[in-house]
Amino acid sequence: MCGLCGVLGGPRHWTDAPARPGVFTRNTGEMQRRRERRNRVVQLGRVLRHYGVRVEDWQASSFVLSNLTGGSELVEDLAHLWAATERLSGCACDPLDPGLIDALEASRG
Amino acid sequence: MTAVNLITGFLGSGKTTLLKRLLADPSLSDTAVLINEFGEIGLDHHLLERIDDNIVLLQSGCLCCTIRGELADALRSLHSKRERGEVPWFRRVVIESTGLADPFPILSTIHADPVLRHHFQLGHVVTVVDAVNGDFQLDEYEQSIRQAAIADRLVLTKTGLAGPSATYSLVERLRALNPLAPLVNAEDDDVDADALLCTDVFDISCKTLMAQQWFAAERTPPSWLPPGDPALADVDVDADTELPPREGRYLGQQRRTRPAANRHDAAIRAFSIELSEPLDWTRFGIWMTMLVHRHGSNILRIKGILNVQGSATPVAVHGVQHLIHPPVHMAAWPDDERQSRLVFIVKGLEHQTTARSLNAFVTALAPAS
Repeated sequence: MCGLCGVLGGPRHWTDAPARPGVFTRNTGEMQRRRERRNRVVQLGRVLRHYGVRVEDWQASSFVLSNLTGGSELVEDLAHLWAATERLSGCACDPLDPGLIDALEASRG
Repeated sequence: MTAVNLITGFLGSGKTTLLKRLLADPSLSDTAVLINEFGEIGLDHHLLERIDDNIVLLQSGCLCCTIRGELADALRSLHSKRERGEVPWFRRVVIESTGLADPFPILSTIHADPVLRHHFQLGHVVTVVDAVNGDFQLDEYEQSIRQAAIADRLVLTKTGLAGPSATYSLVERLRALNPLAPLVNAEDDDVDADALLCTDVFDISCKTLMAQQWFAAERTPPSWLPPGDPALADVDVDADTELPPREGRYLGQQRRTRPAANRHDAAIRAFSIELSEPLDWTRFGIWMTMLVHRHGSNILRIKGILNVQGSATPVAVHGVQHLIHPPVHMAAWPDDERQSRLVFIVKGLEHQTTARSLNAFVTALAPAS
């Protein structure tokens, strides 16, 4: 656990799996890990704007979600992000929602 | 990491008989066994001839109802004893569940427990299906459908008793429910522990073989089915074809029809999605986490081989409901195809919508500048 921020360590979500023989992960070094987080924030932002929610990186260890009314939540990984987005937006986050798919396809131009 | 294998199957399907047979296999000598029994008096452990320190009896009832307690405690205890040298070293664990157990909470316990997850990884789910009563159980009990759909290995018992016609019919039905799992006939002499149970979930050398088995099982009938049987004529093995639930993959023009009423598996289907372009791992992760968040309870199985951008070798992913295993590198592609391929066994999800959604996520989200 980090003594300053109290963030618990330990095995991570599968999208942030610890590097070990045989496991595919982008968690293989600090530079690679930060590059992946930066990319993830950008990509997530394009989905979350559909729900009126913004996402930012926090200390390279968590994500801060915020909505237009000032509500915010800190989440550790993608496993918790969608439930927090639903709380902030009041909408169900469903990748099979035709409205979301249409919006993503339209953004492709 | 010690692999934890689960033997499940409906009441009376032959789980204990299979376990008894496997325990006689010398290659299972370094395996710890946990037996769960439903009822106040455990009986199954009396049926096993080899009772030693590595066999633990869980007696507090149905495993899926007591997951947070006894199973976790038993695994922790086994781990501690192994570390202290109080029990012989074991390299894998086998849990025999009750016939009533839903496999998912058992798997979830191992994955979510803060201690167990450091030392144990999920191995195979081996589902035993009784050829005599299997059809009826699939009709009447949704739990038996979940057990079949979630399996990594399907073991058919009592095939001699059931006869060829009932066996073919059941095979057809199981294949529609779970086209990925190799189907083993328990009456074959060469069924052994290594064919059914997993030892090292991160063993790179076995990953290519594992993936080949996933898709080979989908494409070919079990080798123990006689090739000359008329029921196997005109085999339909088009992996892209979403078969209606009551149609089989092995009975082409001679498919047998059944009444659709009272069939729990009517909404369970398997389909595959293929992507020809290399996949952006970040976008795939966003899509997959969102999908299992919203629809995890209806996703019985996901298995796939992915051609990930920037990775020279394929990446295998697999999951059960909300639980996705850490993705693993495979040593090589199982065949000449280099496209990403995901196979889903789902309840109620639409193939076309799922494919369109994945495509929108991986192509519409532009790369970061």
